[in-house]
Order: sequence, then structure tokens, then C-alpha cells
Amino acid sequence: MSSDAHASHPADGHHAIAADAPHGSMKGYLTGFVLAVVLTVIPFWLVMGNVLDNAVATSILVIVLAVVQIVVHMIYFLHLDTASEGGWNMLALIFTVIMVVIGIVGSLWVMYHLNLNMMPGMMTARPG
Amino acid sequence: MSTESAVQTAGQPAFYVTEEEHAHSSTLLGFWIYIMSDTLIFAALFATFGVLRHRYAGGPTAAEVLDIPGVALNTAMLLISSITCGFAMLEMQKRNKGSTLFWLAVTGLFGAAFVGLELHEFATMIAEGAGPQRSAFLSAFFTLVGTHGTHVTIGIVWLITLMVQVGRKGLIHENARRLMCFSMFWHFLDVIWIGVFSVVYLLGVL
Repeated sequence: MSSDAHASHPADGHHAIAADAPHGSMKGYLTGFVLAVVLTVIPFWLVMGNVLDNAVATSILVIVLAVVQIVVHMIYFLHLDTASEGGWNMLALIFTVIMVVIGIVGSLWVMYHLNLNMMPGMMTARPG
Repeated sequence: MSTESAVQTAGQPAFYVTEEEHAHSSTLLGFWIYIMSDTLIFAALFATFGVLRHRYAGGPTAAEVLDIPGVALNTAMLLISSITCGFAMLEMQKRNKGSTLFWLAVTGLFGAAFVGLELHEFATMIAEGAGPQRSAFLSAFFTLVGTHGTHVTIGIVWLITLMVQVGRKGLIHENARRLMCFSMFWHFLDVIWIGVFSVVYLLGVL
């Protein structure tokens, strides 16, 4: 029972709770926390200090930093890797990310074009 | 499964998967699937907010009603509660019941501070006439941020329940499994909050 689980986590010493459960270490949590703080402070600094003086560039940077921070949380706090639960966690995540991207990007895209075609006077981005 | 029983079973090799281990494994995977489905709920709310974020209906704009220093403080509360939740998990792995309960309590207090600050923000906005009924932007704002806040509130109730269970029964296998599910849920809420503070607050006031 435990030999298989040990083989997949050779570096871990604590198997008292469950051999195949996601494991954290103090170093991992602290690394994740420091990265998360840095990745949180930068976008707040960019927006509050109006550092770039360019709304489009700041928006793109804020979104990129958010995506990077989400990945950091997934790795260091949720202990996600391709081996956990025999890969099913990662498979479910990939499926969910695809659904999320289709839902959000698709909604914004479709509604943007609806606005462009039906309510030109109310457009905020550019006149229709 | 305690350390003692693990040592005993190591001496007597068992060539089958015990029911306990199987149930444990599928619980964590099943809970992950639940979290993924919850992600889809938030994706729908983010998409709604993204479409309606400039529909002010002549009411207050995002830059006028959103308080960035306040949300920075709120973000700090939730991020600190995430790391203290991690400390509780590490203490649980070391089977220190007292320190596990201590870090869980710290996590709950930071979570409660987050909910308190958010409720204060909501109350201030509603008092200024910027309630959810004012415009499509504010409806989408209160639905998205409020759903996240509701999740955190339910997480705190779950946390208190688990603290009572750990206090009475100790760090038994079942409680360890529940705490791992709770930890996934709590870190997941912090992940959602990254999207909220980036898209709703920071992009809102630009």
C-alpha cells in the first residue's frame, strides 16, 4: 500500500496523514508567500502611483501579473503538479481553464460586437 | 492512519488498496472537482462584470466608488490568512494539535477581518446611494464581490466547525482529510480574489 506512494514522493518524510495527499513545506509556503506579496504589491503600485502614465499598458501588465500570481498560488499553496491524484487534478484544471477562457473571452468578444453594431452612440471605446 | 500503524503495516506488506486509503484519495479529487465547478460560477460572474463594467447608467463610476487603499488592506488580510492556513497544514502534518488549532484560529481571525472590511465597504457604498440597484455596473460588482465574500463567510463557519472537531477528537484521519479539503477551499478563495482585485478594483479605477 505505502510502497507505491513512497515511490512517488521520495523526498517527503511525513506520511502520517496520507501518503498521496498534497504536501507542503515551510520553504514552499514562504517562497509562495514572498512571490505572492511581490506580485500583489507591483500592480497596486502601478495603479496607485500611476507609474506608467498609460492606461492600456498598465491594464495589460496588471492582468499578466494576476495570471502569474494565480500560477504561483496553484504551485506553492494548492501544491498542484502533474503527478497529484494520478494527473486527474491537472486534467480537471486544464478543462476548467478552457471553459473559463471560452466563457469570459467569448462573452466580452460577442458583447463588444453587439455594442458596435447596435448602440454606436453608447460606445465608450470608439464611435461606431 | 497514525505513525504507529504505518510502521506496523510496513512490517506486514499488504498487496491491496485498503478502503480507507481509497476513500481518502477520491475525497480530495472530488473536492478538487467541486472547486473547479465553483471556478466556473466565478467565471460566469467575471464575464458578466466584464461586459457591464462601464454601464454606469449615469450613476457613480468605478473610480468614484472604489477605495483602492481599502482593498489593498483587504488583499493583505486574505493573503496573510492564506499563509497561516498553510502553517496550520504543516503543523497538522507534524501532528501538533495545539499549534494546528492556533494557526487555524489566526486564519479565521484574518478571514473575519477581510469580511468585516468588505461589509464596511459595502455599507459605505450603499449609504452613498451606490447600491446594487443603481446601475448594471454596481449590480455586477455586488454580485461578483458579494459571492466571493459569501464563500469566505461560509469558509469561516466551516473553519470553526473543524476547530471544534479537532478540539474534541484530535487530528484523526477523518479530521486531517477535512482540514486538507478546507485548506484547498481557502487557497482557492485567495486565487479568486487575485482576479477580483486585479479586474474589478485596479482595472476599474484606471
